Order: sequence, then C-alpha cells, then structure tokens
Amino acid sequence: MIPEYFSYTDSFLHKADPRMKIVSAACVTGVVAFSRSYSTGICGLILALFLIALSRFDTGVVVRRLLAVNFFTAFLWLTLPLTYGGEALTLGFVTVSRQGIAMAALVTLKANCIVLIFLALVSTSPVSSLGHALRKLGVPEKLCLLFLFSYRYVIVIAQEFQRLLRAAKIRGFIPRTNIHTYRTYAYLFAMTLVKSWNRAHRVQQAMVLRGFNGRFYSMYIQHPTAVERVFFGGITLLAVGMALLELRG
Amino acid sequence: MEKEQAVVAIQNVSFTYPGREYPVLDAMNFSLGKGKVGLIGPNGSGKTTFFHIIMGLLTPGEGKVLFKGSIVQGEKGFQDLRKSVGLLFQDADDQLFSPTVLEDVAFGPLNLGASPEEARKTAQETLKNLGLRDLEMRVTHRLSGGEKKLVSLATILSMQPELLLLDEPTNNLDQETRLRLIDILNGLDLSYAIISHDWDFLEKTTREVYVIEKGRITQCEKASLHEHHHAHVYGDHPHHHGD
Repeated sequence: MIPEYFSYTDSFLHKADPRMKIVSAACVTGVVAFSRSYSTGICGLILALFLIALSRFDTGVVVRRLLAVNFFTAFLWLTLPLTYGGEALTLGFVTVSRQGIAMAALVTLKANCIVLIFLALVSTSPVSSLGHALRKLGVPEKLCLLFLFSYRYVIVIAQEFQRLLRAAKIRGFIPRTNIHTYRTYAYLFAMTLVKSWNRAHRVQQAMVLRGFNGRFYSMYIQHPTAVERVFFGGITLLAVGMALLELRG
Repeated sequence: MEKEQAVVAIQNVSFTYPGREYPVLDAMNFSLGKGKVGLIGPNGSGKTTFFHIIMGLLTPGEGKVLFKGSIVQGEKGFQDLRKSVGLLFQDADDQLFSPTVLEDVAFGPLNLGASPEEARKTAQETLKNLGLRDLEMRVTHRLSGGEKKLVSLATILSMQPELLLLDEPTNNLDQETRLRLIDILNGLDLSYAIISHDWDFLEKTTREVYVIEKGRITQCEKASLHEHHHAHVYGDHPHHHGD
C-alpha cells in the first residue's frame, strides 16, 4: 500500500490547483538545491516552515518524515568532517575539518528544506491529480501514463509477490545465506515479472475493449483562483529573488 | 435463437493455443442475441477463449465472427463491435485502472467521444442506477473485492452496450455482493451471457444454459441444473431447486 498520509486534510494548500503547486515547488527547490550559501538555504527553510504551517499537517508525521531524510544526512556528518580537508579543527581528541562541517550543515539544511517544500506543495495533492497536472504542464503523455499506472499497480504487483512468498513460506521456506535461498528468490522475482507482464496485457485488453486509443482524457478541469495565482506567483517570485541573491553573493 | 436476432455469432470457429495438441474450440457455432444465457463447462474448456474471440482479443485459427449479421474484419471492425458488446473480466483489478471510481466509469464514454461533462453525467447516472453513488470519489485500489466487481460492471454499463459478456462474475464474491449482483442483473433491460461454475447463480440470472465441453457447445436442460451437490454453509440462506 502507498498511503497518502498527506493528501486528505482540507487546507488552502490541499485545495489549490496542483499545476501551480508543482511549478512553484520546482522553482523553489531548484534554487535551494543549487545554492551554495546558508542565506538562500535559510530563506528556503523559513518559506518551507511557513508552508508546512499553512498545510496544517500533524507535526508528528512531519517529524517522522524528516527523521527518515536525516538518517541519510547522518552519514554525511559521519564522513565529511573527517575526510573533507581544509582548515583543521581540534575537538577534544579528534581533529575535524571546518569546511567539512560547514558542508554537512549546508547539505542537511538544503535536504530538509526541499523535503518540507515537497511535503507542503506536492504531497498535498492526490497522485491522480498530480498525474493529470503534469500532463497539462506539457510533460509527455507516456511519462504521465507511466506515473499513473505505476501508482495504480505497484501495490497489486507487491501483493502478488507477497502471495508467492507466502506460498513458499507455508512449504517450509526459511531464507538463509545459501544457494537454495538465492534460487528461490530468483524464481519468485521472475514469476512476479511474468505475472505483471500478463497483468499488463490484460489491463491493456480491458482498456482497448473500452475504446482506448492512446489518449487519456481527464474529467477534472480545475482553474486556479485569483488568490492562488497571487500566492503561488509570490512564491515563484521569491524563488527568483533567492536565485538573484545567490548569483550576486 | 432466431438468426436475425443475433447481435454476435461465431461460425465454424476453431482455436488451438500454441503448443497444445487439441483445439479448445473445435468448429464451434453459436450466436448470442436477445436473452439471458448461461455458459458452463470444466476448467480449460474454452469458455473465456470463446468470449475473447468474440471481442477480437484472440484471433481464431479458422472461422468467422459475425456482428449483426456481417463478418467482422480487422481491428476496425472489432472497434465497432466493442461499442455494442461489453466484457466483464474475471479479475476486477484488470478492469479498474483509473485512480478514482468516477474516472474509471467515465473512461469508456470519454473514449466514445463524450465531452467531460457528458461523461461525468453518464458515469454518475450509471453509478446511481447500481446504487454505487457513494463510491464515486473513492480510489479504485482501496475498494473491497465486492465493490471492485460492481464498479467494474458499472464501467461497462456506462458505455450503454446492447450485449454484456460476464466472465465468472461470482468468483471470490461474498454472499451479500453475490445477491446484490443477482438483483442488478435481473433488473437490467439488457441481453447478457454469463460464464460461471456457480449453478445456483446461473439458475437465478439466466433463462437458458449451455455447456462447453471438448470444443463443442450444447444446450443443457434447465432441469438438470438442480442436480448438484453443495454444502449449505449459510444454513439460513433460501435456495431454489427449480420445479
């Protein structure tokens, strides 16, 4: 199951046109991702926290998401200060690199900022609306279909794999580090692949029977309100401003 | 069944799966027109194959498919046929691919050229007729098995077909959904053919029953329908054994 924890509340951000949200999120996160200064990162973080507040998420859920991200940045904190070189800084009995710490801090700041922006702007739309929004933004039809179908069927495929694994387990299969285990897993993966291929074929047949001719029509035509235009236009302008500051500084 | 009534018919159709020695369908003739028909037969007897040949999903080695009296040729011909004949798949997960129920039910009408507003209206109407209006905005993969089956029926009915083919519709359905499906089918002013192993279900939803066996199709006496053995797990559920 892919739980959409974030798309069911009813805030301003949840109701806003997904196209606006995608474009402004892409601008802000793009600028933050390429920035080399703390000021841009901090600007972005303030904006991100503001948007998170606006989205009325449960704080606990947001914190859990951030923990997942910072599990990865923790590795940077373990390696960068020791390996980066540059000015040495002695902390008790270890000598670390000042630039290494600065770099790890910057990456952590940027990563958290980007995740928060995506949580607030992108995860607040159901996947289906995102798919249609991408299509309307001019993303190639095939990529959008791939996106929507992956979302729809990844669960079904996962369930099929679980079914096979259960079937193996009830016949006494216990994974160990041996060739029998590797072979069994290879069979399970291969069988899942075959089954998903067959399912794809059947889904395609079902679509053809209902007159599918390669084009996906959407029923949801949403137009951004004036407030949304101003709000997301403002965010995009802010991103441009941050980019200019970054280029000058 | 009168010949001029037939919506679809197959003539001398033979079909052999690659790598098999014997044909699943052997010079079979059959026509489906007005009426409610059941098809039974052992596993692997070619029931699903028969439906798939009618819909143009499989091409028979020999024989022809006729739609309203004329031979269906090529993909274009089958595209026309598919506007009038709907097929309900065995596995509802194959049939429901749109994110939401409403989008899935509107998919067919949109493909047939309806505007988004018309498609939405048709879809909502169809869902209402089946008593599924509440499911409209639900995400398809989060529906229960029974809901999935009924919604996939809605996705076909929204195309307003003349003839419906149902492939083992009661597979994995609970008693409640099964009874609901019986009600829905009996209330439809529509011709259909049902493949099923569920004798009791066929008895309640169809007028004639045919048997497919060894590549041939024969009419089955309705009287023989009640010669069956089964456990009445739900002891309180009323059960007809015919006259």
